[in-house]
Formats: sequence, C-alpha cells, structure tokens
Amino acid sequence: MNSSRADAALSPPPGKKLRDYVETALPKIVLGPTLACALVFVYGFVLWTAWLSFTESRLLPRYDLVGFIQYVALFENDRWWIALKNLAIFGSLFIGICLVTGLLLAILLDQRIRAEGFLRAVYLYPMALSFIVTGTAWRWILNPGLGIEHLVRQLGFETFTFDWIVTPGMSIYTVVIAGAWQSSGFVMALFLAGLRGVDDSIIKAAQVDGAGPVRIYTRIIIPSLRPVFFSALIILAHIAIKSFDLVMALTGGGPGFSSDLPATFMYVFAFNRNQIGLGAASAMMMLLTVVAIIVPMMYAETRRQHRG
Amino acid sequence: MVEVQRTETAGARVIGRVMLYALLILFALYYLMPLFVMLTTSLKTLDDIRGGNLIALPEQVSFDAWIKAWSSACTGVNCGGLSGNFWNSVSFVLPAVAISTLIGALNGYVLTMWRFRGSDVFFTLLLIGCFIPFQVVLLPMAQTLGWLGIANSTTGLIFVHVVYGLAFTTLFFRNFYVSIPEELVKAARIDGAGFFRIFWRIILPLSPPILVVCVIWQFTQIWNDFLFGVVFSSGERQPITVALNNLVNTSTGVKEYNVDMAAAIIAGLPTLFVYVVAGKYFVRGLTAGSVKG
Repeated sequence: MNSSRADAALSPPPGKKLRDYVETALPKIVLGPTLACALVFVYGFVLWTAWLSFTESRLLPRYDLVGFIQYVALFENDRWWIALKNLAIFGSLFIGICLVTGLLLAILLDQRIRAEGFLRAVYLYPMALSFIVTGTAWRWILNPGLGIEHLVRQLGFETFTFDWIVTPGMSIYTVVIAGAWQSSGFVMALFLAGLRGVDDSIIKAAQVDGAGPVRIYTRIIIPSLRPVFFSALIILAHIAIKSFDLVMALTGGGPGFSSDLPATFMYVFAFNRNQIGLGAASAMMMLLTVVAIIVPMMYAETRRQHRG
Repeated sequence: MVEVQRTETAGARVIGRVMLYALLILFALYYLMPLFVMLTTSLKTLDDIRGGNLIALPEQVSFDAWIKAWSSACTGVNCGGLSGNFWNSVSFVLPAVAISTLIGALNGYVLTMWRFRGSDVFFTLLLIGCFIPFQVVLLPMAQTLGWLGIANSTTGLIFVHVVYGLAFTTLFFRNFYVSIPEELVKAARIDGAGFFRIFWRIILPLSPPILVVCVIWQFTQIWNDFLFGVVFSSGERQPITVALNNLVNTSTGVKEYNVDMAAAIIAGLPTLFVYVVAGKYFVRGLTAGSVKG
C-alpha cells in the first residue's frame, strides 16, 4: 500500500493541513539522514577515493588529475604483486577449507547427536572473537621457539620443524590456519540451518528406493544446499578480500612483507608511507575485485532463481 | 533432520556412532585448544612458560600477568596497561550501538509500513553499501573527521561506526518488520495515530527479538573492530583491539607471552560473555545478516 494514497483516502479536515503535511513527509524525513549518509559517506567517498587515485597525492591530498600513473606504479610494485598472490592463496584455501569443514561439521551434527547445542556453541565461539584476539593467540601457538614446534620436540620428535610463521613464502599459510579456525564454525551454522530446511519427504522417498546415506547426501541433500553454498561463498570471499586485522595481529605482514594482503598494503602506503595516491589506487583495486567477484555471482544466482 | 538409517547390523551401527562422536569431540578440542592455551599461558610465570610447553598446565597459578596486562603493561611509551583502552572501547561502543540500532529500527519501520515511491531504491542503495571494502572510504573519512573537528575523539569513532553500521541495522529491522501485518498499522492510522505513536505503541513492543539480535550484532562488530580504530584514533584514545595489537608488537624488553595472552583474553571477554549468555541471538544475527546481506 502506498502511503500517499492512504493519506488521501483519509481526507484530512481543513485547518490541519500543516500537521498533515508533516505527517506525510515524516517517513521521508526519518529516512533522510540515512540516505544522506549513504550518498555522501559511501558513494561520495568512493568517488572521492577514485579521484585521489588519479592524483599525485603523497602526504597531503591534491586534486589535480594526472591520469593513471598511480595504477601504473601500483602494478610495477613488487609488494603489490605479492599482496595479490597472497590474496589468491589465502582466498582460495580459506574459502575451500571453511566450506569443506563447515559442511562436514554440519552433516556430522545433523545425525541426532547428544549435546548438539553444546558442540555447536564450541564450534562457533571463535566467531565472537576479534581477529586481533585470534591473531594474537595463533601467533603464540605457532611461534617456533615455544609453541607447537617446541611441544612436538619435547614429545621426542627432535627434528620436528614448524616455523611457517617466520618463513617468507610460508607465513601466508598461517593466516589461512587462523582464519579457517575462526570462520569455519560460522559456515557450519549456515549449512546446519540449510540441512534442517531440506524436505524430509524427498529423503524418505529416496530411502524407500533403497538409496544409501552417501548417495542421499551427494545426490539429493548437498545439491539442494546450493543457495547456502552461494551465500557462504559470498561472505567468505568478502572476508578474504577485506582481511586486514588478522594479518596485522598474526604476522604484521611479515617476515618482510611476504604475508601482505591488499588491505595491509593499502594501510601501509596510505597511512604509514604517506603515499595517499598509491593507497587510493590500491583501495580502488580492492573495490573492483569485490565488484568483479561478487556482482557476477549475485547476477547468476538471481537469474537462476528467477528461472527456477 | 536427516537420519542415516539402514538395515545394517547393530555392531556396525555402534561403531559408526562411536566414530561419529570421536570426530565431533576431536573437532571440539581443536576449536577449544587456542582458548585453553591462552588461558593457561596467561596464568603461568615466564619461567614456567620457558620450562614447560604449550599445553602444560601452570605449575602454580599466578595472576600477575593479568594484573600487569590490565594496569601496567607498556605499549610504546605508555605504561598504563589496557584498562584505559578497555574503557575507551566501552565509551564509544555503547553509544554507537544504541544510536545505530535506534535509527535502524526507524528506517526499517518506514521501509515496511510507510513505503513511498523510491523507498525500495533507497533500500537497494543502502544494501550495496554493505559490500564495499572499507579501505575505499578511509582516506576521505580521515579528512572529513578532521574538518568536523572530531578526529581522534570518541565522538569521531561513534560517528564512523554509526554511519557504516546503519546499512546492517536497517536490514535487520526491515526484514523483521516485513512479517508484521500492515493491517495493524492501517487500523491505527484510521484511528488517528501518528507516525511516532504507532512506532512506540505498536511496532516497538513487537520488536524485542530483533532488538536483541541487532544489539548483539552491532556490539560484536564494533567492539571487535580494528580498522577504524587504528586509522581514526591514536595514543590514549585507541580502542582495546588496537592497544592489544600494539602491546603484542612492542619489541622492547623481554617478550611476556603471559601478559599478551591475558591482554588478549581481556579484549575478547566482553564479546565472549555476550556469546555465552545470548548465543542463540548471536547466531541468528549472523545468519540473518549474512544470508540477506
């Protein structure tokens, strides 16, 4: 029901026009500030950053356009390429591990388990923690001197080595370990909700036809979870591209800058190295990555839903 | 619920169940391990840490690391522990949660009960905003906060968190209010009740479930935030997450892992507490916010 039509139907008595006018306008007045915020602080700021990325801004912003030199500089920067490579490694492993662990845990939990609520709470609690807390904890666990390496050596495996966190080229995998620990329980919760929504009668019918549990899962249940896969994928991709806190707390981007991600790259160049133009260009590339990955996915999924 | 039932022998079934529980418990131990390690490490002395190992229990329980983390640990030049930063976080998180939730509720109310031409476009515009990586607004926001005179202040952090939290809070309330029958509001309007009267008397009393979800979601998000904290605040104004990161990365002197761990638990305690007492709502927010977002 359209509100202006509703108000017209209630035809106000004359003399109450002003009050009525205010009443009609109130919904818009209430939404006004949020609309202004979205237009200025989201859309406006994106354009502002885009503008900065086409300038020579260093310590202070400047607004005379100079073309694509920041983007050229960005893609000639080895550190940016390392950040991109790390994003590819981290993104694919993080998403893959979270999806597999999450689905496995959800299926295991869906077998009429005692204490299901308790186990679910245990799998999910890391999600309540800050990535900084997670990073701090794993940094301690993974440190070679006193952490897991030390523990396994004490157990008698004298030559055991697990020093990824201080090894260039390997430290990004420790980010995967900590990230998956934090986020897989969340994916489990999504899948579990999905499993509970699967139509029982289809499964009963399949059982009557003599299908075993593996077949029922692979042929019927998992395919029907497609929308859940889709939302989990979008959320995880989003977390991966934005990942900043976890790297800062776990490795600080190190050793050197071997575990940099685009988000840490942007922060370092924009705020520590006074290269505002370059930082803006890297932020724009992050935005474009999000757009390039998520928009086609959403488009494909909505089209599929409309057809189905 | 999918139950794996087959015409298998009772023995095979028992073995299957045992393996199932064994797997579930193994996973549970894996997820609990870091918390256990954090807690035990924080209660050890430094000698105990060097002499023992990751999973050993403390030889004698000592709360020194906790006291130091709270009141005298050094981050850079500042040696007042994390207590100041903890209260900083409290002082901007609570108002930011309250304001963003209230505005979100009003927005959701308008978007469902007082729709007008363009309100759906507005909602879409707002939703797309959920997807941008915040890196793309940091530089302009830093400048804007400076112009407004609220750079490096509690007000500034409240402002930033409210602005970028609105999309989510609006989403929560809009999706909840959609299921409230519009007739309820129409009837009240015919009786002459106005916009705010309907909100207070009819809508708000129906809202506690979503209010809890939204407050918990916002509290967790804002308390755990690091990016806005590290960019828009400095020194004594920093929130606890930033202070924790500074503490852990302070390279002067002996590395005190027990203090680091105590500090990490202190930083995680408020959200963990909320999770323990209201986990159901936390999960609901997580799934609702994400599936739609």
